[in-house]
Amino acid sequence: MSKVAQPIPTNNNDETMRIELFIARLLRWGVILSFSIVAIGIGAVILTGQTGYHQLRLDDLNSIVGFSGKPDFPNTLGDVLTGVLALKPYAIIALGLLVLIAIPVMRVAVSVIAFALERDWLYVAITAFVLMILVLSFVIGETGG
Amino acid sequence: MAAILFLIETFSVSVGAGIFGALLGLGGGVILVPVLTLALGLDIHYAIGASIVSVIATSSGAAAAYLRDGVTNIRVGMFLEMATTTGAIFGAFVAGYIGGPGLFSVFGIVLLYSAYAMFRRRDAELPTGVAMGPLANFLRLGSSYYDTALNQHVTYNVRGARYGLPLMFVAGAVSGLLGIGSGVLKVPAMDIAMKLPMKVSTATSNLMIGVTAAASAGVYFVRGDVNPFIAAPVAMGVLIGATVGTRLMMRARSTLIRRVFIVVLVFVALQMLAKGVGIRF
Repeated sequence: MSKVAQPIPTNNNDETMRIELFIARLLRWGVILSFSIVAIGIGAVILTGQTGYHQLRLDDLNSIVGFSGKPDFPNTLGDVLTGVLALKPYAIIALGLLVLIAIPVMRVAVSVIAFALERDWLYVAITAFVLMILVLSFVIGETGG
Repeated sequence: MAAILFLIETFSVSVGAGIFGALLGLGGGVILVPVLTLALGLDIHYAIGASIVSVIATSSGAAAAYLRDGVTNIRVGMFLEMATTTGAIFGAFVAGYIGGPGLFSVFGIVLLYSAYAMFRRRDAELPTGVAMGPLANFLRLGSSYYDTALNQHVTYNVRGARYGLPLMFVAGAVSGLLGIGSGVLKVPAMDIAMKLPMKVSTATSNLMIGVTAAASAGVYFVRGDVNPFIAAPVAMGVLIGATVGTRLMMRARSTLIRRVFIVVLVFVALQMLAKGVGIRF
């Protein structure tokens, strides 16, 4: 038994680097998009004093962030989209947050394609498995599991 | 104007959480939840909703930079995500059957042990004498990165891939069960069991935590726990903080990062043990 101190050079660095750069770019643009939408939304809330859902009283913090158990902001995809079309500031923020939540899922989906383009079938299988579990978790979440 | 002050406070704390999270491979909930509930007096529902947003923002913000700079090991990340996502679903399923004080205590002890194991490696800047494990070799997990602090190209081997899956399954299950970020378990598992360089462990943990959180984010969103007025400054602050945090991490010594991580581990462990014996703080 000999202790191997010398690392084995890897032969997949070029391929891995291409995939990593591609995904890095996707994450970067996703983050910039999400940040911009949220910034526009919160800017609109402050400048107009409107949320689009309830009267905003800037001197009464509890009326804004107090928890009542009944959300006075959009909390389904449909509400968010109709709210955005009506230019409601809270819906715009929520859209930005949904974009943010979608980024990791998109990252996994794009990884499947990236590994496939590199014909790395082992990692296509691994990544597809992760994507499948993610989709399953959303299905379970939807049905209240 | 109380609301404007709230936005500024929440934004500032979130920048800090983002820096910290990106540096250590955590989601920032460790900082954010206590501050939002104790200092700013928010309901725990909104605090957890904000925390989930923070995890995803840290993950995506930090991973973009770490992937570009080649510190993240995407193969290790994808391989281990098979276990974290499965574990998270399992955790959500059994949450109704097991749980309670005993579980918090057990988890607290596991974290204390992790802190001890990492403390023993406190002076190791880079792992040495690591032979490539057979499974790690098959999965081509070995890689390299450029270490800015050391000014050298670091090529590393990986071993213990077979321990990685069960450990990550537990990490995923625990995050589903106890509602805490699983970065505190992911980083020690990669550092101790798989002998990855510390920076690769935190960067790869950063990539992984976003996927685990995204799986549960939809549920919190529909439940109405993601308040736009709270989540907006959190998302923006954390994204900016995470960008700063990645710069710090690249320049910092691994020994320093590991030491800061150990302090956080002990802090979370004590929090868990306190909950286990019924003390709330």
